[in-house]
Amino acid sequence: MYFEKIADVVRSHLALDESVQITPETSLKGMKIDSLDVVEIIMKIEDAFEIEIPDEKLHEFQNLGDIAEYVKSVKES
Amino acid sequence: MQELSGKRRVVVTGTGCVTPFGAGRRTLFDSLVAGKSAVSLISSFDTSDFKTKIAAEIKNFDVNSYFPKSETRKMDRFTQLAAVAAKDALEDSKINLEKLDRSRFGVVLGTGFGGISTTLEQHEVLLERGSRRVSPFCVPMMIPNMAAGTLSILFGAKGVNETVSTACASSSHAIAAAALLIQSGKADVIICGGSEAPVNPLILAAFSSMNALSRRNDEPEKASRPFDRNRDGFVLGEGSGILILESFEHAVHRNADIYAEIAGTGSSADAYHITSPDPDAKGAESAMRAALCEAEVSEIDLILAHGTGTLANDVTETRAIKAVFGGNACEIPVVSIKSMIGHALGAAAAISAVAAVSAINSGLVPPTINLETPDPECDLDYVPNFTRKAEIKCVLTNSFGFGGQNSSLVFKAVN
Repeated sequence: MYFEKIADVVRSHLALDESVQITPETSLKGMKIDSLDVVEIIMKIEDAFEIEIPDEKLHEFQNLGDIAEYVKSVKES
Repeated sequence: MQELSGKRRVVVTGTGCVTPFGAGRRTLFDSLVAGKSAVSLISSFDTSDFKTKIAAEIKNFDVNSYFPKSETRKMDRFTQLAAVAAKDALEDSKINLEKLDRSRFGVVLGTGFGGISTTLEQHEVLLERGSRRVSPFCVPMMIPNMAAGTLSILFGAKGVNETVSTACASSSHAIAAAALLIQSGKADVIICGGSEAPVNPLILAAFSSMNALSRRNDEPEKASRPFDRNRDGFVLGEGSGILILESFEHAVHRNADIYAEIAGTGSSADAYHITSPDPDAKGAESAMRAALCEAEVSEIDLILAHGTGTLANDVTETRAIKAVFGGNACEIPVVSIKSMIGHALGAAAAISAVAAVSAINSGLVPPTINLETPDPECDLDYVPNFTRKAEIKCVLTNSFGFGGQNSSLVFKAVN
């Protein structure tokens, strides 16, 4: 459920249509979006889950699955 | 074709706009000659706490039918308006962007407030949700030069790229600056004009505090009444006007339709007061004289006035026109299109320029609407309420900004 919600945030933020696949392996860098979009998507993910993701964590995320794992660990701890 | 002085001639080969009547140059001019008013009660926010509750808003503006949402969501409304107006103008010019020397293709725009909506929205985010929630797009959306920057990206204009801010004269100064850049050989083609999206609570409250705005809330369509004795201030508007300027040689070389020539530009300062016009109208007079002198024309067939509908502007502008044209002043039609579309501040002059070019090419003079009771101090021919047919070879446009910054332009028909 964490990943699905994150995928929804990304899809709606980037106004992607349904034909664009988003999987846990999808990386924000790989989507060729600019760094300001990445910042804004992270903010929206923080809002969606009411958490704060420390800046230093951002460098550790390789893909959306990593973000979902991190969110899960915070929400379920 | 170069003049003896060595200056290159500058011509208009495309016009475009978004105004409270909707997108497109034809929509604008058709509505102007129909004498319509675009003023209504403000719908974009709650005005119950405001003395003025009316504006000329662009309703149902759907930028996403012109550009992808992934791009438009990073644009403030003033940039979105400029983008759509520029697209309209480029289509009108039929210019083939693939064949252009991009390094000689530029953008010069004017704006008074730039991305003021973004500034306000993000300031609210800061106060309500804290510093960590301020958008990373805040700066690129709020800075006033971003409309010009965005047009360069959208259309691949890699030459001169500048932004002028002189309040309500911004886009007149921008057109003059663009003309000078082409005249002096620093560019061949320039997208120029201006854009403004100021209909928000802060700007409405701020102009209202100055007693500058009409409060005729019960009759919105009658509220903007330049030169009428019962005028009580201007009506806030919004929009964007864009001209495609080219050197005459460049336009001829690509076999373009040439709609008009920019024959003269004049600029001056009142050096008098931060907001009030100099009652002697010397600044306005000198801007007009400079534009006419450069244009070397003997007769003006139409003046598109600054004509805001404030008590002070309309009297001093009338005085300035009389000082410049003397006994002939009463013979020249003087029109304020702000009577219909309100005052789009930094975009107003560029929208006037689009109307000037349409007047030259249609032989129609749009009216000043709501002129019902003459003001003894405003005694020129303001073309009250009804459109006229006339041969228009030469149009003078006036724009005066807070700060006492004045700009006049002369547009001439090209045979």
